[in-house]
Amino acid sequence: MALKMVKGSIDRMFDKNLQDLVRGIRNHKEDEAKYISQCIDEIKQELKQDNIAVKANAVCKLTYLQMLGYDISWAAFNIIEVMSASKFTFKRIGYLAASQCFHEGTDVIMLTTNQIRKDLSSPNQYDTGVALTGLSCFVTPDLARDLANDIMTLMSHTKPYIRKKAVLIMYKVFLKYPESLRPAFPRLKEKLEDPDPGVQSAAVNVICELARRNPKNYLSLAPLFFKLMTSSTNNWVLIKIIKLFGALTPLEPRLGKKLIEPLTNLIHSTSAMSLLYECVNTVIAVLISLSSGMPNHSASIQLCVQKLRILIEDSDQNLKYLGLLAMSKILKTHPKSVQSHKDLILQCLDDKDESIRLRALDLLYGMVSKKNLMEIVKKLMIHVDKAEGTTYRDELLTKIIDICSQSNYQYITNFEWYISILVELTRLEGTRHGHLIAAQMLDVAIRVKAIRKFAVSQMAMLLDNAHLLASNTQRNGICEVLYAAAWICGEFSEHLEEANQTLEAMLRPKVTTLPGHIQAVYVQNMVKLYASILQQKEQAGDKEAAQEITQLMIERLPQFVQSADLEVQERASCILQLIKYIQKLQAKEVPVAEEVIALFAGELNPVAPKAQKKVPVPEGLDLDAWINEPPSDSESEDEKPKTIFHEEEQRHSRHRQPEIDEEELARRREARKQEQANNPFYIKSSPSPQKRYQDTPGVEHIPVVQIDLSVPLKVPGMPMSDQYVKLEEERRHKQKLEKDKKKKKQKKEKRGKHHRHNSLHTESEEDIAPAHHVDIITEEMPENALPSDEDDKDPNDPYKALDIDLDKPLADSEKLPVQRHRNVETLKSPDSEAALVEKKSKKPKKKEKKHKEKERDKGKKKEKEKKVVEEEEEEEEKKGEDLDFWLSTAPAPAPAPQAQSEPALGAAVVAEPQEVKKEEREERDDEEEEDEGKQKSSKHKKKKHKKEKEEKSKDKKKSKKKSHHSEEEPPESVQNGTLEDEPLPPMSSYRLLAENPFIKMTYDIQGNLQNDSQVTVSVIFENKSTSFLKSMELNVLDSLNTKMLRPEGSSVHDGIPVPFQLPPGISNEAQFVFTLQSIIMAQKLKGTLSFIVKNDEGSTHEKLDFKLHFSCASYLITTPCYSDAFAKLLESGDLHMSSIKVDGISISFQHLLAKICFHHHFSVVERVDSCASMYSRSIQGHHVCLLVKKGENSVSIDGKCNDSTLLSNLLDEMKETLSKC
Amino acid sequence: MIHFILLFSRQGKLRLQKWYTTLPDKEKKKIIREIVQIILSRNQKTSSFVDWKDLKLVYKRYASLYFCCAIEDQDNELLTLEVVHRYVELLDKYFGNVCELDIIFNFEKAYFILDEFIIGGEVQETSKKIAVKAIEDCDMLQETVEEYMNKPAF
Repeated sequence: MALKMVKGSIDRMFDKNLQDLVRGIRNHKEDEAKYISQCIDEIKQELKQDNIAVKANAVCKLTYLQMLGYDISWAAFNIIEVMSASKFTFKRIGYLAASQCFHEGTDVIMLTTNQIRKDLSSPNQYDTGVALTGLSCFVTPDLARDLANDIMTLMSHTKPYIRKKAVLIMYKVFLKYPESLRPAFPRLKEKLEDPDPGVQSAAVNVICELARRNPKNYLSLAPLFFKLMTSSTNNWVLIKIIKLFGALTPLEPRLGKKLIEPLTNLIHSTSAMSLLYECVNTVIAVLISLSSGMPNHSASIQLCVQKLRILIEDSDQNLKYLGLLAMSKILKTHPKSVQSHKDLILQCLDDKDESIRLRALDLLYGMVSKKNLMEIVKKLMIHVDKAEGTTYRDELLTKIIDICSQSNYQYITNFEWYISILVELTRLEGTRHGHLIAAQMLDVAIRVKAIRKFAVSQMAMLLDNAHLLASNTQRNGICEVLYAAAWICGEFSEHLEEANQTLEAMLRPKVTTLPGHIQAVYVQNMVKLYASILQQKEQAGDKEAAQEITQLMIERLPQFVQSADLEVQERASCILQLIKYIQKLQAKEVPVAEEVIALFAGELNPVAPKAQKKVPVPEGLDLDAWINEPPSDSESEDEKPKTIFHEEEQRHSRHRQPEIDEEELARRREARKQEQANNPFYIKSSPSPQKRYQDTPGVEHIPVVQIDLSVPLKVPGMPMSDQYVKLEEERRHKQKLEKDKKKKKQKKEKRGKHHRHNSLHTESEEDIAPAHHVDIITEEMPENALPSDEDDKDPNDPYKALDIDLDKPLADSEKLPVQRHRNVETLKSPDSEAALVEKKSKKPKKKEKKHKEKERDKGKKKEKEKKVVEEEEEEEEKKGEDLDFWLSTAPAPAPAPQAQSEPALGAAVVAEPQEVKKEEREERDDEEEEDEGKQKSSKHKKKKHKKEKEEKSKDKKKSKKKSHHSEEEPPESVQNGTLEDEPLPPMSSYRLLAENPFIKMTYDIQGNLQNDSQVTVSVIFENKSTSFLKSMELNVLDSLNTKMLRPEGSSVHDGIPVPFQLPPGISNEAQFVFTLQSIIMAQKLKGTLSFIVKNDEGSTHEKLDFKLHFSCASYLITTPCYSDAFAKLLESGDLHMSSIKVDGISISFQHLLAKICFHHHFSVVERVDSCASMYSRSIQGHHVCLLVKKGENSVSIDGKCNDSTLLSNLLDEMKETLSKC
Repeated sequence: MIHFILLFSRQGKLRLQKWYTTLPDKEKKKIIREIVQIILSRNQKTSSFVDWKDLKLVYKRYASLYFCCAIEDQDNELLTLEVVHRYVELLDKYFGNVCELDIIFNFEKAYFILDEFIIGGEVQETSKKIAVKAIEDCDMLQETVEEYMNKPAF
């Protein structure tokens, strides 16, 4: 072995280290690949050695190569080897390599679970830290499931360094394993008030991320966050909180009202641009949520717009960009306030930064009105001419079309103008949006009947000048407009004045160079044209001319018959034959025009893009039913290897059952939709076919060759859109004059004929009457179309799984899987296995129960709405009410005491996780009172323990009502877990430790799951004075049995410094770990807290003595147990028995059980009427079983436990608790 | 949440990559190539924000190095710039007047610093002092172990 070590270090002298490798790569610029492959060979050799240092060095080099883009997945196993090295130096490198190259597909990742668990519980905080960091990069669903509990425990680690990492990683765990969210959430919430600012900020980060995805579940946290927002000075945290509020306000407008003031204050006061920007954004979100049914907050809007204007005017491009971005959000709800800054925005169109110009364009979209549309578009057209680079010009083009066509051409008053704009846009060289223009032309021509004549004349002109457009024959190029032109001229040929000329233009040989699909449309529409000319001539009796035109067709059509495009060829040859036949008839002087025109009779109406989707499925038609009997199993098995399709059929047939009920069908339909959504080859419904066309990948990347034409492209005879602007002005002026003359003789019938989906006229805009009699045809929908729009939510959204109700109490089945050590398991056996089996079999039942509960809740809610004052049972409902209370700004003296008493009840009944909430709620109450300033705060700022007592007395008063409630519940046996659910979060039943005029200490003791001889004491220090408390140090006189865990190297007489200082009025929590040998007896330790009081007069040294009482109950850990396992345990006969009886109990049984659960860490196994069995386990594995019976005025408790001393001590403690009732 | 952080030189050479979402290597390479190209082709005087797919790229150039973060739609761009700046400050504090070569030759240290600052795409420590101290403590641990290892075994 020693030799190997020597050999290892000698070898290492010849190895390259990382620096050598980097240098080597830099020196081999010419043959880098060769050099690296040589290095990789060396690394492979190094990895084969036993010396871990050599391996780590090799892995480090590999990590560098991975960054350069080389595949190192082959070394995954070696990386794990280095990860599991005991030395931090190597472990660190191993985890770094893993975090860089592991992903969900890495198969060896499952080997890491135990290693990571070991590192997480390492005594060295940096080992734990490195493991957490690594995990954050490569956590998989499996790892998340297996390690969730470990990480959750770390959230309460003594070191803030670990706590903050653990908190942040929990978010990754939630994403991969959503089931962990509910069990972990109470603790996460606790961390919002962690003494360490880093941990606090981490918790804010995580909850903010969670809440942004599913805000409604986090609404109840609003008061807490509000408190944090008003107290925090850390901008990093503030930004996150404000962002969170931005997500919450849309759900609760009243929250917005509360926020406006602090936010505007921040906007006024802050100098940090990032914070200002976030505030403005949230204020905008608030205003959007308030915009309906609220008096205007014009001051706030003005403030935002002003600040944004400052940003936009700033020379910093980043601020300019963001200012415009935020402005566009205001635009949606308050267009007027933005429109006044039109000058600024138009100015931004000239900015040298393209991204800023694009943002300004976005804003213009919302700023148009009927009045200014022409003006804005004119400006944009100027920019189009000036623009350099096709991308920006294309962007302008699409924006112009977007602006004009928005909300069903709402702002266009003159369609002639719009058509000429479109025609002008066709002059753009090298654009890739020919298709878009074409679609607009078609749409307008089809839907606006009045414009057809004008459109046709313009299109005829385009066809005539086709040679100018056809030069760019690439896909989606400008030649696409010829498609529209040809179709419009053909379809509406009756409006064409010189049809002959157009027909000739369409028959030019040059046409054959156009793309196939355009030629096809040409051919088809030629016939339409031909038919209308024929009719014209025949009616005029001009037979010769008719024959001439037929001859022309027969002469020119063969060029299309020869086309390489099948579609063109087919159509052309078909039509050629038709026309030859017509020629024969014409020769016989038979009138044919009527028959030819009949080929194209009838109007074509536009169809709405969603029409197909909206067709209702006829009654009795089941699309999931088989048309033919599917092949039987045996058949398909025989044919199995043949084709894929058979295999698929077989899969289906296996699913098939003789009778399929409705639910099953719905489920299948859902599954099919999922499959379709995941199948890249399944064409999903998209709003319009042309969009899909545009989105085709690859098309965008085809390089566009810019053709430089020295001659300006001006189509002769084309109208200029500018003339319309002038005309429009004149017209408006005239209209105005007319109106003034005969004010009341307005002819409003015109407007009555508008068919518009959602015309949102404002008063002033309605004054402008359209120039033409416009009839916009709405798109056709199938008869009895379904009116509702289906939610097109993405089924693959990873955040959807985290949409979990967090206020509902935890169910037993939701516990996180806990990895137990083997020795613990042996202690627990034989019942543990039984419990496991039991658990499995119970699961489905549980779910059903939960479901039922949910339904019950719903019913109750409805009831509640009717009755104003009624006692609630459900925590959930109270939450909602509390929030309501917090949000209501009206003074509410009456409900206040009620709101306080109710939480106490609820908390006592539903036990521990809710207990935590209760405290928060109290704080919230305090806070809201401060907010309102209506109530005397002194009265409510009571010390916690007093409060608890008070609540107890209230409980007594309420007990009658309570018992009434318990009667209501069916007397069926209550299974373990319904009363007492969550074993993991720490208790928060803080008791008073000591108090003097400066400081108050309250404490709580929790057993440590991981360690059977440790308990954690959490002490809350509250500064009651007006001075600053610092250098606090806590010391305890150890006993033989119980010792405080001190840092290594310190003596038993040293105190432990409290890791924080206390400003006046602030309280904070610190945790201390104690080790114990025996836990069967209660313990008392004497201790002292020393601290320095610092105020204006100077500082004094103070001391406070205390006695720390370790009750036996604090060694118990709430552990659920199933009735079968419980029965086995009792039968085993290893347990000692003892019993007590307490008289004079008046509280309800349920309440009593809750008290035992809460204060003594028990869980209910089974409950029948007024008798219940309960279970708990000590940290050293003692089983404690109780049988609690309630008589008239008394309670008797029989207990069984492995240790008789422990049992009698426990029962004594219980007696004390109960006698207080 | 930050989805990934890239450091690359003006020549387009990648100096550091950190991913907070797990992706296969192929995908990563494709994204890196695309993003480096997008950012290098941008004018010096343009804003630091680019919309890219459903994410936003926030980048800043320090000397010869580009620092680029991909953030989500709702994230605060200015805050991300601060994150980048804070990271540069941390590097500067650790290396003392940091330059590109420091990051090339001590690339693992650059990662360690980043890991103390950001975890899982979220800022974990806003205090410069605490972050640097954590790294130095780790280094102390490492150095002593290394010294120990370098001693001859006989």
